[in-house]
Amino acid sequence: MTEADRTPALPPTRAEYCVIACAEAWRGAGEILASPMGLIPSVGARLARLTFAPDLLLTDGEAMVVRPDGTTEGWLPYRQHLALVTGGRRHVMMGASQIDRYGNQNISCVGDWAKPRRQLLGVRGAPVNTLNNPTSYWVPRHSRRVFVEKVDMVCGVGYDHAAGARFHRVPRVVSDLGVFDFATPDRTMRLASLHPGVTLDQVREATAFDLAVPDDVPPTREPTAAELRLIREVIDPANTRAREVGA
Amino acid sequence: MTADEAVARLHSGMTLGIGGWGSRRKPMALVRALLRSGITDLTVVSYGGPDVGMLAAAGRIRRLVAPFATLDSIPLEPHFRAARERGAFELTEIDEAMFMWGLHAAANRLPFLPVRAGIGSDVMRVNPGLRTVTSPYDDGETFVAMPALRLDAALVHVNRADRLGNGQYLGPDPYFDDLFCEAADTAYVSCERVVDTAELTKDAAPQSLLIKRHTVTGVVEAPNGAHFTSCAPDYGRDEAFQKTYATTPWPQFTARFLGGDEQAYQSAVREGS
Repeated sequence: MTEADRTPALPPTRAEYCVIACAEAWRGAGEILASPMGLIPSVGARLARLTFAPDLLLTDGEAMVVRPDGTTEGWLPYRQHLALVTGGRRHVMMGASQIDRYGNQNISCVGDWAKPRRQLLGVRGAPVNTLNNPTSYWVPRHSRRVFVEKVDMVCGVGYDHAAGARFHRVPRVVSDLGVFDFATPDRTMRLASLHPGVTLDQVREATAFDLAVPDDVPPTREPTAAELRLIREVIDPANTRAREVGA
Repeated sequence: MTADEAVARLHSGMTLGIGGWGSRRKPMALVRALLRSGITDLTVVSYGGPDVGMLAAAGRIRRLVAPFATLDSIPLEPHFRAARERGAFELTEIDEAMFMWGLHAAANRLPFLPVRAGIGSDVMRVNPGLRTVTSPYDDGETFVAMPALRLDAALVHVNRADRLGNGQYLGPDPYFDDLFCEAADTAYVSCERVVDTAELTKDAAPQSLLIKRHTVTGVVEAPNGAHFTSCAPDYGRDEAFQKTYATTPWPQFTARFLGGDEQAYQSAVREGS
């Protein structure tokens, strides 16, 4: 008998709802590469791989494609990874220092690009990602500084800039408050679900633009008992997820 | 040749490509030699890591061509950030894939290659010189015409090389080091150890022979020459030292570690840890 069998499981934490919300991004994705950036998306991708998306490919964060137990099953150095992006067989979940209502994302700099107030990473692969494979985003601290009216530098291309590009798709944005998508007639951001314990007012207050909000906003789904056990005992026993999203 | 002899062949105003990726297998011994030289006014082309941070902090970069600068385990490169925020250099900010195809174009002696990246993003706004090209076939799609990133010189670091310039990587990722050498008029390869040609494939597969001698101008034996970046499998990143680099004001870091030659640097690193 394991510890989990003997004691009733603790209720899911906010971080664990975030894991579920990230994992759901890869549901039904098939045999493609999941590229999670950030701790919680990584736990989410591995959870998806171990449960409802068993065909996913995952990397070790370096050049190896690995099975959940760490067994190497393929080789994917950076240059092949960039080529795979343009083949489209990938769904990436990137971070976002700023994101706007159309899903334009910025990780380059804050302020005027010519003389930035704060230099960040640079555009990285956001331009190529967004024109070639589904690109979702993960924001561990939902705030007006991140969910902005207009991003300072368009790195990841949003719906108003994509001009119907053939392979452009931003399936979802997950934050510590909820899940968002662009399932609106004008492709602006919509609240898709609230994490249990979060109110609509909280989300509105932390968002600098007007969100589309349906009449009925469902809660982010509950993890199953099996999923919780996988998260807590198999995938992330060190509880790194709590470092990204606190209680 | 030594790192200082290699750098003596370079001069101010050149366009330099630097291999590796982020804080991985950077030719740091060659970068340190550059810092000891008076060479400045450089156009640096790099998947940026501490190479960019150090050269920017020292005021040697006139223009940087890069999709990012990062220390990987420390996401934001502090010296690059500081230099950029004080307007110390001009920036050509392009996407990771655009960068790769720019190197491919240069290596293939093409003026450009079409890339499905950049359009719709502000990469187009901040690089007004970028042109697009429309497919001449039925699809009619418009692409960025990524211009060749032709280099005056490339600097890369690998695990082993022979005296002729056949370079070998033994880690999991070649990065783009062969492309840098092919895109450059001259290339200087530093390595952990110079070995006899026959030894290269004694215990390693021929696919590990990344760099071909016809693309190489000079070979430098530089043990621990990627320090403090990683050089798998010879050594991992020196995380403790990288943290020191990231948290020490540049003048103090220079005084403590970069006042002497490469041997003095390596001794200072050993004493400091």
